[in-house]
Amino acid sequence: MPDTIALKTAEVALAPVKSFDGPNGKKPKRVLSPRNIMLYGTLFVAAAYYLLPLYVMIVTSLKGMPEIRMGNIFSPPMEITFEPWVKAWATACTGLNCDGLSRGFWNSVRITVPSVIVSIAIASVNGYALANWRFKGSELFFSILVIGAFIPYQVMIYPIVIVLREMGIYGTLTGLIIVHSIFGMPILTLLFRNYFASLPQELFKAARVDGAGFWQIFLKIMVPMSLPIFVVAMILQVTGIWNDFLFGVVFTRPEYYPMTVQLNNIVNSVQGVKEYNVNMAATILTGLVPLIVYFVSGRLFVRGIAAGAVKG
Amino acid sequence: MNSSVSIKDLSLNFGAVSVLKDLNLEINDGEFLVLLGSSGCGKSTLLNCIAGLLDISEGQIHIKGRNVTWEEPKDRGIGMVFQSYALYPQMTVEKNLSFGLQVAKIPQSDIDKRVARASEILQIQPLLKRKPAELSGGQRQRVAIGRALVRDVDVFLFDEPLSNLDAKLRSELRVEIKRLHQSLKNTMIYVTHDQIEALTLADRIAIMKNGEIQQLADPTTIYNKPKSLFVAGFIGSPSMNFLRGEIAKRGDATVFTANGVDFNVDAYEASGPLQAGRKVTLGVRPEHIKVNENLGAEVHDATVDIEEPMGADNLLWLKHAGHTMSVRINGARRFSPGSQVKLGFDMSLASIFDAETELRL
Repeated sequence: MPDTIALKTAEVALAPVKSFDGPNGKKPKRVLSPRNIMLYGTLFVAAAYYLLPLYVMIVTSLKGMPEIRMGNIFSPPMEITFEPWVKAWATACTGLNCDGLSRGFWNSVRITVPSVIVSIAIASVNGYALANWRFKGSELFFSILVIGAFIPYQVMIYPIVIVLREMGIYGTLTGLIIVHSIFGMPILTLLFRNYFASLPQELFKAARVDGAGFWQIFLKIMVPMSLPIFVVAMILQVTGIWNDFLFGVVFTRPEYYPMTVQLNNIVNSVQGVKEYNVNMAATILTGLVPLIVYFVSGRLFVRGIAAGAVKG
Repeated sequence: MNSSVSIKDLSLNFGAVSVLKDLNLEINDGEFLVLLGSSGCGKSTLLNCIAGLLDISEGQIHIKGRNVTWEEPKDRGIGMVFQSYALYPQMTVEKNLSFGLQVAKIPQSDIDKRVARASEILQIQPLLKRKPAELSGGQRQRVAIGRALVRDVDVFLFDEPLSNLDAKLRSELRVEIKRLHQSLKNTMIYVTHDQIEALTLADRIAIMKNGEIQQLADPTTIYNKPKSLFVAGFIGSPSMNFLRGEIAKRGDATVFTANGVDFNVDAYEASGPLQAGRKVTLGVRPEHIKVNENLGAEVHDATVDIEEPMGADNLLWLKHAGHTMSVRINGARRFSPGSQVKLGFDMSLASIFDAETELRL
C-alpha cells in the first residue's frame, strides 16, 4: 500500500495537469433545475402582472378611437397615431380651458421645484442640528416633530386654509409651496437626523477641534458626505409632491392647478365621447416625471454608495 | 517645572450619573501622560473635557496657565487624534491637513509651509494628493497626527489612536509617537486601555477607575509599587499572583500565612508595621518567583500544571498549596506538566495589600 501511494504522488508530480478523477474545479450548474423554474416563473408572473396595465395604456394611447371601439384592448395598434398624445398635452379641454395638460405640467414644476429645495434645505439643517448639536429640549422638539408625521393630513386642512387666508396667500403658489415644505418636514428631518447620527461622531469632533463652526461643519464636512441621503430625500419629495392631489385642489385656484388635478379634470370631463386614448396618454405623461426621477437618481444613488462616499 | 495642563476639582455629571468626580491633575510641560483604564472608566470623557468637546459640570481647566474652562476647542491650543482617525473622507490628505488652518484664515503661503513641514516629519509627502479611502490604517493615523501637528498646538490629545490598527502596525506607530514626542517635546495626553502602550510611552501614568484616578506615578512605580489591589491587578500580563491570608509572627520573623504555608516577609518594605492577625492579600509578579535556582533561604514545593511557551519567555502555571500561580521563566527552560519544582519568593519585590481597604501596606 505505501508503495502505491508513493506511486500516485509521483504521477501527480510528473503530470500535474488534472491527473485526478472525480469532481474538481467549479461546480456545474443545471439551468433547468426545479429551483430555477420556480424562481424565474414567479418573477415572470409578477413582472407581467405589473407591466400588463402599462402595456395596455401605451397601446391604447397609440390607437385611434375607431380602433379602440373594436374592443381588443391587448392587441397592438394597427395604425400608430400620436394624435392622442398631442391632444392630451396641448388641446384637451377642462371646462373652459382647452390647453391640455401643459398648463398643469408647468404649474406642477413651479410647485415641485421650490417645495423640494426649501423642504430639503430646512430639513437637512434640522437633522444636522438635532443629531450633532444637542441643545436643551432638543429631544422633546424632535419627538413633537415626529408625532407630526403620524397625524392624518385631513385633520389639518381646514386650520391651514384659515392660516393661509389670514396670511393673504390662500390660493397662491407660494401658499401651496409653504404647505408642502411644512408637511415634508417631519419625515425628512427624521431621515436626515438618523443619517447624520450614523456618521462617525469623531469627524464632527475633529472638525470642532479644527475650529469649524456650525455652518462650516455642515457645509464642508457633513453635506459632501451625504449625497445618498440627499438623493433619497429628493426622490421622496419629488414623487410625493408631484403626485399630490389633495393639497393641489384645496389650496390653489383653477389657474394654478397642478398636473394631477388637471389630469383628473380631463379624464372626468363629461361632455362628448370618452376619449380613452387621450386619457391614457395624459395619465402616462403625468406619471412620467416621477418615473424619470427614479431612473436617473436611482442610478446616481447606487453610484454614490459604490464610490465610498460614506466610508471613512 | 511649570505645569502645562492643570485640572482642578473637575466633575462631570450626565443627569444623575456622575462620570468624573472631583478630579485633580497637574500635567507638566513636555510631559507624556497616559490615562489608562478599562472601558467606561472615564478616561476618554476626561480627554474630551480637556479638548472642550464636553461641557464640564464643575471645576476648572487651565492650559498653559490660561483658564480655558469656557473656551471653544479651537481656542485651547490643543490638537486631537482620534481612534477612528476621523479624516474628512471627501478631502485629499493635503486638504485634511490644511482645513483647520483655512478655517482660521491663515495666509495660504503659511499653510503650505506648515503642511510641508508636518508631512516631512511624518513622512507622508507621497500621500498628499490621495483621499483617505486610498490609505492604509497606519497612513491614515499618521495623517491624523499631522492634522494636529500643522496647527502648532501646545498640547496633543490622543484618544486611543492605535486601537484600530493590527498588532504589528501598532508597535511601529507606538515607536513613532514616542520619537515624535522626543523631538517635539510637546505635552501629550494619551488615552489607552492597552497597558503595554501605557508602560512604553508614558512619563507618568494615571490609572482610572469609575471616574477617579487610582494612582498617578511613573511606569516603574506603577509596576513595582502599585498603590492598590486594583492597580496591581490591572497592570502586568499575566496578572500578578494574589494570595489571600494573614500576617503572623514566628519568633522574631514576620510571615504571611495562607492555606497553612508560611512566607517570610521580613524583606518587604512596608509603610507601617505589619501586625499579627491582620488579614492581607500578598501579591507577587510572575517574574519575581524563582524556579529551582537562586531560591534564597525559603523554599516552597509546587507542581507544574500547564506550560505555555511564548518564545522568549516560558509561562508556567503551578499548583502550590491550594493556590494556582503563574511564573515567568526564561524561554529556554522547559518543564513537563506534572513535574515537581522548588520555588523561591523575592519578598522585597512583592506587594502586600490590606484585605479590607485593598490599599498597599
